[in-house]
Amino acid sequence: MRAFAELLDRLSTTQSRNGKLALLKDYLRSAPDPDRGWALAALTDGLPLRVPLRRSLDVLMADKIDPTLYRLSRDYVGDTAETVALLWPDAARPMDASGANDRGPSLSEIVAALDVPAMHVAPVIGSTLDRLDVRGRWAFLKFIGGAARVGVSSGLAKTAVADAFGLAAGDVLEAWHALSPPYAELFAWAEGRAPRPDATGLPIFRPLMLATPIETADWQTLEPSRVAAEWKWDGIRVQIAATQRALRLYSRTGDDISGAFPEIVAAFSGHDVTLDGELLIVRDGVVAPFNDLQQRLNRKAVTQRQRMTHPAHVRLYDILSAAGEDLRQLPFSARRARLETWFAESAPANADLSTEIAFESFDALASLRADARAAGIEGLMLKRKGSPYLAGRVKGHWYKWKRDALTLDCVLMYAQRGSGKRSSFYSDFTFGVWRGTSAGGRELVPVGKAYSGFTDAELRELDRFVRKSTVDSYGPVRAVEPTLVLEVAFDAVQPSSRHKSGVAMRFPRISRIRWDKPAAEADTIENVLALTGAEPASD
Amino acid sequence: MPAPETWLHPTPAGLYCVPGQFFIDPPRPVDRALITHGHSDHARPGHGAVLATPETIEIMGVRYGPQSAGRFEAARVGHDIDINGVSVRFVPAGHILGSAQIVLKYGGQRIVVSGDYKRTADPTCAPFEVVPCDVFITEATFALPVFRHERAFDEAQRLVASITRQPERAHLLGVYGLGKCQRMLAHIRETGYDAPIYLHGAMQGLTQLYQRLGYGFGDVRPAAEAAGKDLSGALVVCPPSALQDRWSRRFPDPVTAFASGWMRVRGRVRQRGVELPLIVSDHADWPELIDTIVETGASDVWVTHGRDDALVHQLSLMGRKARALALVGFEDEAD
Ligand SMILES: [Zn+2]
Ligand SMILES: [Zn+2]
Repeated sequence: MRAFAELLDRLSTTQSRNGKLALLKDYLRSAPDPDRGWALAALTDGLPLRVPLRRSLDVLMADKIDPTLYRLSRDYVGDTAETVALLWPDAARPMDASGANDRGPSLSEIVAALDVPAMHVAPVIGSTLDRLDVRGRWAFLKFIGGAARVGVSSGLAKTAVADAFGLAAGDVLEAWHALSPPYAELFAWAEGRAPRPDATGLPIFRPLMLATPIETADWQTLEPSRVAAEWKWDGIRVQIAATQRALRLYSRTGDDISGAFPEIVAAFSGHDVTLDGELLIVRDGVVAPFNDLQQRLNRKAVTQRQRMTHPAHVRLYDILSAAGEDLRQLPFSARRARLETWFAESAPANADLSTEIAFESFDALASLRADARAAGIEGLMLKRKGSPYLAGRVKGHWYKWKRDALTLDCVLMYAQRGSGKRSSFYSDFTFGVWRGTSAGGRELVPVGKAYSGFTDAELRELDRFVRKSTVDSYGPVRAVEPTLVLEVAFDAVQPSSRHKSGVAMRFPRISRIRWDKPAAEADTIENVLALTGAEPASD
Repeated sequence: MPAPETWLHPTPAGLYCVPGQFFIDPPRPVDRALITHGHSDHARPGHGAVLATPETIEIMGVRYGPQSAGRFEAARVGHDIDINGVSVRFVPAGHILGSAQIVLKYGGQRIVVSGDYKRTADPTCAPFEVVPCDVFITEATFALPVFRHERAFDEAQRLVASITRQPERAHLLGVYGLGKCQRMLAHIRETGYDAPIYLHGAMQGLTQLYQRLGYGFGDVRPAAEAAGKDLSGALVVCPPSALQDRWSRRFPDPVTAFASGWMRVRGRVRQRGVELPLIVSDHADWPELIDTIVETGASDVWVTHGRDDALVHQLSLMGRKARALALVGFEDEAD
């Protein structure tokens, strides 16, 4: 645990990628098995543990500290696990049999001890915290909490494995599919004690090709006849990796989400193909708002009813392999032809092909883009017809040309204190637009909440405004006089039963503070609906 | 017996003792000021007369010049002085060189104005002494239970270990120039580190004062005199603000360290982009605040200088009378 705590602590303050790699390599080479495997799992696939962390910590802290002091501390620190690590009493370090200091439990002891029913987890966490110092407590809670937040991606951790043992990064990624924590076979192979883990015949996640936002200078390098255009759909990018042995549905980051979408698994099973596409909810050929997909994503298991009301669908963009043949080196236009052939022959259910948009000039394309207001369209994708399928966000091949953000003038209604370094500021803002009342008057109804888009100086002004305009307060929330207009930028509007207005903005942020504009001139609910074409929920 | 706040209370010009006709640590110029210590949120120039410990007077001389008050009077630490019928005594506060609590006796009551204080060992100043009292005025810089500082010597060892581990990288240690700088220099030397230590220009005047008063820090040199290449692998001490400004760009790929009680919280570490946070403070941490208040036996506690909410709440749980003393114009400078 000591070595892992030291690793996590130093990773969290090391800025440079090379610095992080060096720390990871040192650790992977020197830590024993299976601890280094569990550490690697915490930084990549996650531990195979379900720990009700937040609830367990609340139970434990109830006996340790007055609730007001706990709340004040958590507000200041901004992170529950860190707060608990700091508040937990330092025990006198017990001695072990040989008289040496207790070095704390190993990671494998922790994993074993936590393999108990959820109700018994809290005492295990408590007795482990008792054996650790403050850095150890923090690292332990991050380890079991699954969100290490130390600026190390799963990809960087895998690169470190390759670098630490002189392996090719691609080999490590391929072998990874035959592995599970704590990766004993991986380290045995890395240290030359065993052959490379065999992933033959297993579905393999191939890193996705990503687009970069198009910039002014890019246009000069593009020629309409050599570029394919497709709609950019507002779902989640997925990869369907199917072999005769198995099928996996991967998210963009390589997480296996097959369990939540059995109809997609069924539709593609038995094929030998790797496909790139957008996962959407589609009803009668119409793409539903992202919110509907969110409801399926949040579930581990899906009910028959949800499959009926929220049918999953994949809109296919690309083909990476077919019948064991790797197609990634082919140019886009050739892959597209292969995709069309494969689709015509296989005709999988719950799927269609992404449409290629015909266009003469970029100006014509721009007007198509400006008119596109259908739900689910985020903008356009431009792909060079000659580009191979490359891993990651490589500049100069694929571009995303997003629809401009929508903006509306809203009125500030409520403000709430932030957390962490913002705990002394009112920095979370709820705002609304006008709606007619049955009595013939007007009232404000909330449409969203934003906590970004402003500078530190603007935050101070907003905070001052909130303090002097408060008309009511409920716990940490203050209601303010409805006099300040905020120009809010957002990506879309979706139906919401939580908001009185029946709609909620997606990704709202404050684009301008309109100190100059009278609140009476702010936008109305009709303006909101007109911008999106969505129907208001009846209330 | 008069209520204590009838003879000592905050005013717009600072904390004022009515019968004694003097202010304590006033933020604005006044006729007569008693100063607990040399940090700039307590010691300001421009007063008519200043009563302080000899070291605090020396510090004010370095910072503001010998003419920065109409008259300086040195208080003998531990001795009673009568000012207009109020008995005044300066007692060590353990915060920085020359720092003192000011003990006031009047009408059968004793009030201790502790200024800033800490209870942990510091090789560069006299340790805090507990004075039993009726009213204790305490600071609250780190008054949340998450604040527990590390032992300064251990943190100095962590710094030296980092230098040993990465000998090709310069280490920039950000510290406040008065107190923390010299305390860290002393602890770093205690670890056995004997290479030259380089000082940013802003740290030199006060460090020389400490040396003049008999504190040795080994071989310390101005950073400006050393050529850039000499400083790879060197330890350079600078003000916290210099860690991010252009000055630090002369060092290739430096390790930035910051010695401060705020480094306990990772959000603060990230905010400052510090690579090696050292949790060292010259202020009392949460357990020290509570222990000290209990040891003074004060029945009434006035809380100032920092966050009062948690401390007032904790003291009320312990059945003690406590309240926030709003001191006008006090902004914390040092940590
Ligand atoms: Zn101070
Ligand atoms: Zn102070």
